[in-house]
Amino acid sequence: MLAKRIIPCLDVTAGRVVKGTNFVGLRDAGDPVEIARRYDEQGADEVTFLDITASSDQRDIILHIIEAGSHQVFIPLTVGGGARKVEDVRRLLNAGADKVSINTAAVANPDLIADASAKVGSQCIVVAIDAKQVGPGRWHVFTHGGRNDTGLDAVAWAQRVESLGAGEILLTSMDRDGTKNGFDLALTRAVADAVTVPVIASGGVGNLDHLADGVTLGRADAVLAASIFHFGEYTVRQAKEHMAARGIEVRL
Amino acid sequence: MSIAVIDYGMGNLRSVYQALAHVAGATPVQVTSDPAQVAAAERVVFPGQGAMPDCMAELEKRGLRSAVLAAARDKPFLGICIGLQMLFEHSEEGDVPGLGVFAGQVRRFPEARMRASDGARLKVPHMGWNQVWQTPHPLWDGIANGARFYFVHSYCVHPEDPSLVVGRCEYGVPFTCAVGRANIFAVQFHPEKSARDGLRLLQNFVAWQPLA
Repeated sequence: MLAKRIIPCLDVTAGRVVKGTNFVGLRDAGDPVEIARRYDEQGADEVTFLDITASSDQRDIILHIIEAGSHQVFIPLTVGGGARKVEDVRRLLNAGADKVSINTAAVANPDLIADASAKVGSQCIVVAIDAKQVGPGRWHVFTHGGRNDTGLDAVAWAQRVESLGAGEILLTSMDRDGTKNGFDLALTRAVADAVTVPVIASGGVGNLDHLADGVTLGRADAVLAASIFHFGEYTVRQAKEHMAARGIEVRL
Repeated sequence: MSIAVIDYGMGNLRSVYQALAHVAGATPVQVTSDPAQVAAAERVVFPGQGAMPDCMAELEKRGLRSAVLAAARDKPFLGICIGLQMLFEHSEEGDVPGLGVFAGQVRRFPEARMRASDGARLKVPHMGWNQVWQTPHPLWDGIANGARFYFVHSYCVHPEDPSLVVGRCEYGVPFTCAVGRANIFAVQFHPEKSARDGLRLLQNFVAWQPLA
């Protein structure tokens, strides 16, 4: 049976991982490649690098990180942040990324999803959706870190990006992100039930039950988390053992 | 003595290259679209991603068809993903002929009738880590039966000859995920993205002496 996936996410700026990392024996706690390798060893199913570099003249640094990562990490690598054109997507893939996640640029220019998936294959295109609740059972797509309400309904947008050729949806609840109160399960389920491509739940994980709930109650195909892994609260392996104990199929 | 990874312009071969280089020791690994280099190589890896009609068209355009067929006749040969599918006679995807090395068809998952054990509908593409059930073969050496490999695909091969099947998987329906005959081994999953077990399979391929 197909396993549910656990995906640690690293926020990278100017070549360094931000937010703390707490691995024993790392030579350099800020080196994204070293951290990604550690997650691979723990049994992570994929790793996501989120490039949050603000200044455009430092944008190419992520390419070197992916290049170095692809030498040492033999699980799928996803890169998000900064891809605005098909050419950007292609450069990230050529550097060694397996998937590229597109967020704000997809909202501003939905044709980018269609163009990119036609050129590189939809299996390489992840569309990231940042959603915020605007009423009971209603969520809007937000951009710019949750500041801009696009007015788009999150479920309808998920269906739209699927029809444009998105291979996967990375769904983040902006209400939950950083709270450690767990995923927005109603949002996750609403989107997961509305599309046929895999949905990755993100935003709000504070403990291992949250990860399991994302799959069982949220019906996500994969769960993404950052801080619970970075600060050494749990290893990826512990997370998988917990999910397995809750009856979820995982790769151990 | 070298390993040629056939490049026909369909997507990114860096992962395949990196993983092979990681296990190949002193053996050089070349990503190449030159038929002469393919002919000169000791071993050949035939990867592929994207849509099979595009892959077949690019292979023809670059004059690589006969080099691939020649390699499949007598060199240790590893097909990956679309590189497995193209070995068969025909694909439903775009209704195109394949290379016809093996008798059989490539068909899309029957998603309408696919359900998980809990009744939930299953998504296509089949993406993620799934268990592979082996028929004994030297390329599985050191890999547990039922080990998980990373898959991304919407189509699967249906060999006419059941004795070709050396790996089975299940996703709503049982399907063939590895075939082997003589010097050819080909897999639907991505060993280059399948962590330790994937590297082990590639290492086994590098050491494989099928004709000995």
